[in-house]
Amino acid sequence: MVASANTRLRLEAAHLTALFGQHRAVRDVSLLFPAHVVTAIIGPSGCGKSTLLRCLNRMHELTPGASVQGDVLLDNVNIYADDVSPIELRRRIGMVFQRPTPFPTMSISDNVAAGLRVNGRQKSSDVDDAVARALQQAALWDEVKDRLHTSALALSGGQQQRLCIARAVAPQPEILLLDEPTASLDPAGTQRIEELCHALKRLYTIVIVTHNMQQAARVSDYTAFMYLGSLIEVGKTNELFTKPKVEQTEAYITGRFG
Amino acid sequence: MSGRALRRHLASRAMTAVVVVLSFTAVLALLLILGDLVLKGASSIDWAFFTKSPVPAGQSGGGVANAIVGTGIIVGLAALIGVPIGVAAGLYLAEYGSGRLGFVVRFIADVLNGTPSIVVGIVAWTFIVRPTHGYSALAGSVALAILMIPMLARTTEEMVRLVPHSLREAALALGYPRWRTSLKIVARTALGGIVTGCLVGIARIAGETAPLLFTALGNLNFSVDITQPMQSLSLQIYVYATGPFEEWHRLAWASALVLMGLVLIISITARWVTRQRYGRIR
Repeated sequence: MVASANTRLRLEAAHLTALFGQHRAVRDVSLLFPAHVVTAIIGPSGCGKSTLLRCLNRMHELTPGASVQGDVLLDNVNIYADDVSPIELRRRIGMVFQRPTPFPTMSISDNVAAGLRVNGRQKSSDVDDAVARALQQAALWDEVKDRLHTSALALSGGQQQRLCIARAVAPQPEILLLDEPTASLDPAGTQRIEELCHALKRLYTIVIVTHNMQQAARVSDYTAFMYLGSLIEVGKTNELFTKPKVEQTEAYITGRFG
Repeated sequence: MSGRALRRHLASRAMTAVVVVLSFTAVLALLLILGDLVLKGASSIDWAFFTKSPVPAGQSGGGVANAIVGTGIIVGLAALIGVPIGVAAGLYLAEYGSGRLGFVVRFIADVLNGTPSIVVGIVAWTFIVRPTHGYSALAGSVALAILMIPMLARTTEEMVRLVPHSLREAALALGYPRWRTSLKIVARTALGGIVTGCLVGIARIAGETAPLLFTALGNLNFSVDITQPMQSLSLQIYVYATGPFEEWHRLAWASALVLMGLVLIISITARWVTRQRYGRIR
């Protein structure tokens, strides 16, 4: 059990299996994501780490032919229960993808406000405040405060990715899922995103998928190692990287495969 | 230069020359048509041509104001009917049309796209003109709309499919319902391409004659009543060009020039819209 007694449990995968047709991309994974810590999921390409992440906000089921077995518990409520709306759920769980995905027809400000507007919160002064707050949280405010109403496509890749983080946190979700958020960024942009992870875990429970072990070591409190769809080992990050208990984990983190 | 390099060089030159000549031939058709129209039609275009209705056969003077206004009304009404249906169908095909119904709709659209326009005219005659016992501009508009819908459905579908899947996912992950993702994010991003498709479709139907022959019929007098027969530029050209009078031939050339100009303006606008908005899809 990775959750210590004083961290409130937020999210838990219980015997979760994710399928694409008949193919089991995630196999019977049980994993806790404690509140206000950063949990990293590492593993080689195709090990199911992104699929696991996408099960946590029910994005997986949007792929044709995809299905899920087992439970994901959010505050002890199964998010796959019949009476849980995936749309409401996704408003509580923000997500950032590998590549920046600013909405091309919207300004910087409208991009950040997109998730708020769809929530039905319309009062413009409230939205403006929330946009400013989200951009500050994403450490982008100083760079864009004078051009909030210009196109988001004029921003650099790293800025676009921070804009996407701002967009994800603007509706004040409880959990933030990051799917290889620095995969398309240069080292400077990567560093800024990693710094953000540290700052944001005060506000959100963060799950980050990465194939970069150094990144996992730098940003996370807990690390889970997956291989061929199965969870091999999970533990405190410094322990997993220094004293792995399972041989496969050791082989992976020392670079013998993957 | 060695013999081999020289041979390559010459072959390259020869092929380039062939390609240039063939491309020019393709453009030549348009230039010849335009040139001929300007030569024979431009001299007949004056203020009266745009403001006056036709005078009785055999007299000189008069204009084609009725046909210009008629084309505007018939095509405008057709766009009013066809654009919403065509664009909605295209959006459906791209966003939800992966199943059996999507396949059927796509197939029907393709068949309809290949249907001769005169057949569409006969259909409109059968289902509108005959039951209402009268030719009307509205029937013509419906015929043109039927021609337009499959075109718009397929171009809209293609434009919407160009929107990266990652944008859809980003919106859904923010808690957008599916329909709102389709409208607010996907269709909005593809809007430039969709508008271009609509303008190209309008330009295409503006020149149609056959579907109007049994529907709008034509009208030598100025009329804006859509329940009555109405003149269009294409019908006017058809009647005048096949008529016996020299004066009619003159007006037919001028009308053809005006119609061509109209279509060119719409096409150029479409190009302009494309350049403005389309580059924003990445």
